[in-house]
Amino acid sequence: MNAIAMSNQEAPAANIKMRAAGVDVSYGNKQALFSVNVQIEANTVTALIGPSGCGKSTFLRCLNRMNDVIDGCRVTGQISLDGEDIYSPAIDVVELRARVGMVFQKPNPFPKSIYENVAYGPRIHGLADSRAELDDIVEASLRRAGLIDEVRERLDEPGTGLSGGQQQRLCIARAIAVEPEVILMDEPCSALDPIATAKVEELIDELRARYTIVIVTHSMQQAARVSQRTAFFHLGEVLEQGETGQIFTNPVDGRTQAYITGRIG
Amino acid sequence: METEHIVKSFDEELATLDNMVAEMGGLAEAQLADAIEALLRRDVELAGRIVERDQRIDAIENDLHTFTIRLLALRQPMADDLRIIVAALKISSSLERIGDYAKNVAKRTFVLAKGPPLGGTAQSIARMAVLVQAMIKNVLDAYIQRDAAKADDVRIRDQEVDQVYTSLFRELLTYMMEDPRNITVATHLLFVAKNVERIGDHVTGIAEQVHFMILGDLPGDLRPKGDNTSFTAVDTDGAPAGAKADGERPET
Repeated sequence: MNAIAMSNQEAPAANIKMRAAGVDVSYGNKQALFSVNVQIEANTVTALIGPSGCGKSTFLRCLNRMNDVIDGCRVTGQISLDGEDIYSPAIDVVELRARVGMVFQKPNPFPKSIYENVAYGPRIHGLADSRAELDDIVEASLRRAGLIDEVRERLDEPGTGLSGGQQQRLCIARAIAVEPEVILMDEPCSALDPIATAKVEELIDELRARYTIVIVTHSMQQAARVSQRTAFFHLGEVLEQGETGQIFTNPVDGRTQAYITGRIG
Repeated sequence: METEHIVKSFDEELATLDNMVAEMGGLAEAQLADAIEALLRRDVELAGRIVERDQRIDAIENDLHTFTIRLLALRQPMADDLRIIVAALKISSSLERIGDYAKNVAKRTFVLAKGPPLGGTAQSIARMAVLVQAMIKNVLDAYIQRDAAKADDVRIRDQEVDQVYTSLFRELLTYMMEDPRNITVATHLLFVAKNVERIGDHVTGIAEQVHFMILGDLPGDLRPKGDNTSFTAVDTDGAPAGAKADGERPET
């Protein structure tokens, strides 16, 4: 797992992959996010924590425009990927979601074979020219998701027949098959047992070398274990963000401290 | 603690931890006071009781270690809760050492009670012990009241203890130069003085842990130090003198 950072100094000249500046989000006339500023560093796991309804999942869904499909949802402010505004009219949303993939709380494999679950994305995005090439992508994705040894002999069986933890890793394989740059995870382990959780956490740590990861979690311990940076959301605002070790040993904001230590805030 | 935890039993456990530290601290403070009393009164019976009572401090330390390991595993504490538990663990180790030093003073009383008193040295040691006892009391108050300023004040006061120790060190060397028959008693008194001085150092360490527990960082500034005995020598014509000019330390 990640080395435990002992210093509270900022990482030197961090490479910012995504940047949110002054982001407001409203559902109808109810405002969910208030002027959120978050920087997401490349090849880093950023954890978004906070009580239910604080806006962390809303914020996560802004990062690949999943909120576009919700009626009455309005996003203002700026969110950029590699410096490019992802809400600009020039952006192809389908292409954006290939670059910024997502894994959900409940494993949701397609009702298809294990192979087809992973092959689906590369096929519709035209990433493979031949069956052999597609086979390679499927195998590489399953390998990176740490699942290949468990499913090699049963690629034609339905993905829904796997265990919960395997299904979640299949969904991660599906997300990485289209070579995304950023992977968003919305409570990816909340439906998993501790062993399956540990496997997904180990996977997250390995994936960090290739991808930038943003994870929403309700488990403080999970945020502490898997992330290098943490942002604390409270009533639609980001109250504190910084190096994970600092947030969990010596938070600056009293409300962060109350939340992570389970106090009456 | 500013506010209560949602899970009340965790608050109760943290209160238990505070009580264990306070009990250990109170015992250590009393052990030092009694050890000095035994030294002054040349009371070997009291000294014997002090040696026995040290086991009680050791037992609480063991309980506290077991308890903190349980808390870390079962509560998985974060932020100030984490610092409170780690600080209690470290403070308990220091208090256990303080108990050991007090016990050692008591043990030496058995030998010292047999020899003649050496001038006013025992009284000088008692004066140093009064300073150290006040430091123990204040650092325990700072711990219980979560008062970082009070802890920082204790930290600075160790300088006075060091200065008294330095002068005692010279005094005892002089007694030894004057008459070799003083060497046995003077050496034991030197260790007694050193033990009291070391207790002051441990109290300083506790003050640093209290500061860390409350504020999340260790006090950064260099603490003033007054113990120059590592550089002290007595020249051969009998007059005690510093190896260097008074208060100066060689640059290292």
